[in-house]
Amino acid sequence: MERWRTYGFVAGFLAVPMVLYTVFVISPYAQAFQISLTDWNGVSARLHYVGLDNFGRLLGDEVFWRALRNHGILLLVLPIATIVIALFFAFLLNLGGGARGPGMAGVRGSAFYRVVFFFPQVLAVAVVGVLFKAVYRPDESGVINGALIRLGLEPVGWLIEPDLALWAIIAVMVWQAVGFYVVLFSAGMAAIPKDYFEAAALDGAGRVRLFFSITLPLLRDTVQVGWVYLGIAAFDGFALIQVLAGDKGEPDGATTVLPIEIWKNAFSYSKVGYASAMGVALFFLTVTFAVLTLRTTRRERIDL
Amino acid sequence: MAPDSLDSVRPVRSSRSVPADRPRPGVLNGLSHAALAVWALLIVAPLLWTFLASFKSNTEIFGDALQLPGELRLDAWGRAWGKAHVGRYLANTAVVVAFSTFGTMLFGSMAAYVLARYRFPGSRVIYYYFTAGMAFPVFLALGPLFFVVKRVGLLYTHTGVVLVYIAYSLPFTIFFLAAFFRTLPESVAEAARIDGASHTRTFFQIMLPMARPGLVSITIFNVLGQWNQYLLPLVLLARDEKDWVITQGIANISTLAGYEADWPGLFAAVCMAILPVLVVYVVFQRQIQSGLGAGALK
Repeated sequence: MERWRTYGFVAGFLAVPMVLYTVFVISPYAQAFQISLTDWNGVSARLHYVGLDNFGRLLGDEVFWRALRNHGILLLVLPIATIVIALFFAFLLNLGGGARGPGMAGVRGSAFYRVVFFFPQVLAVAVVGVLFKAVYRPDESGVINGALIRLGLEPVGWLIEPDLALWAIIAVMVWQAVGFYVVLFSAGMAAIPKDYFEAAALDGAGRVRLFFSITLPLLRDTVQVGWVYLGIAAFDGFALIQVLAGDKGEPDGATTVLPIEIWKNAFSYSKVGYASAMGVALFFLTVTFAVLTLRTTRRERIDL
Repeated sequence: MAPDSLDSVRPVRSSRSVPADRPRPGVLNGLSHAALAVWALLIVAPLLWTFLASFKSNTEIFGDALQLPGELRLDAWGRAWGKAHVGRYLANTAVVVAFSTFGTMLFGSMAAYVLARYRFPGSRVIYYYFTAGMAFPVFLALGPLFFVVKRVGLLYTHTGVVLVYIAYSLPFTIFFLAAFFRTLPESVAEAARIDGASHTRTFFQIMLPMARPGLVSITIFNVLGQWNQYLLPLVLLARDEKDWVITQGIANISTLAGYEADWPGLFAAVCMAILPVLVVYVVFQRQIQSGLGAGALK
């Protein structure tokens, strides 16, 4: 009796979340796999299966490869730049003040910097896009170019030059992400026992040495978590690129990524089947990345 | 550590240390401060520029970027609020996020609690079923999601968006809260049960209050995430402009600014979108930072 009442309670608590999640999350994903095998246009009542044709076309699609190349660049640059900058600042903010008073302290004004650095993280990506459209304007009305002209330099077409646009967009991603990872790494650094640093400082280790010999090795797990997050973010980038570079990934598709192409194919060209095939490709890329990163960087943990 | 004891130790140990390893504190301090100040400036500058630009005229906006506005014009703020409907977008967003965050927390905590603290056949499977959702890119689901919401008759409605937000927030919420519920002591729940409290009552009156710190963190996380959501409303609220949320509105005003040549209006609208977030952020920044940091590390 008691047992059945418990089961009833469990079922009652799980019912609504299960239904919502199954209907709105799982079923669309399952359908996406199914639709990727069809030439569905989003309107016709019957699905017409074309086997793996969509995937075959994907391999011959120049735009697909350009999007992949851009993901590759993002995947390399975004995590490295963000993590290096965030680690540097987290170290300065938490331990950069050296051994002051009991244990280690950050530089003066740490609390203020932490608040400012994190703020971009709470801004909507659409808002950030609008901000940087103004920052990157190609003439003297752009914030950067206005400053460059003052210094007597030529203005730069940040979002117009095909070779430059993607880098300008990556810079915005780094700008927005660094604050979060400063907080993440700060939490990790706070967990390192203070006497490690005291002992090392006593032995005459400077701050640079402290960072590379103590902080970095003990922060390994946290950095790995950050790497996976940033890697997954590198497979997205939709909102920012759509606002900064438009639906087509201007200039001339130089900044396009898979989500932009999926959007375009599904909602502008009504090629839902083909868009779903891209989605499936994106899914396998993301999962492969996450699994590979977790696998290859796993090592014996250092127990504190 | 008192300074004098440090001095008395150092000469003995200095033979083992590498003196070249220790940079001069003065130079390093200066450089650290410079680096921090530069980054802070990089963050504040675009925001400040946008704020100032909302007081400029079109001509000034297309002139020298580093010039201050000639006079304090407030009309762009009026236009953004009235004509560009930023007030309505903000109100829509507030309503949607209020319901969706409440729903996410209610259903997420119920599921997480049951999955974390009750043993029943299939509990592991259901837990992985939910948390697997964290690994899927939303883009894969986008097209089919549109048709699913259409079929249940909730396309272009706020109800539909609320339910979809809840569904997509469940994986991380359940993942985070289940870990949290597992750390709560068994003895309290046991005592309540002996006193004759039902399972439901034990959950709402005892376990939920005990889980407060975890709930606060993940609530803030969900509010921010859902407030800033751009992609899902773009698909689910595409039709009627009066239903739009703030992110859609801003993106649209940004596109229109080019045609209507109302750039100050755009920047005033952006400021209006930023201000509420800034206020919430300044008030809750401690909880936000500790919550997100702890959440990500779990």
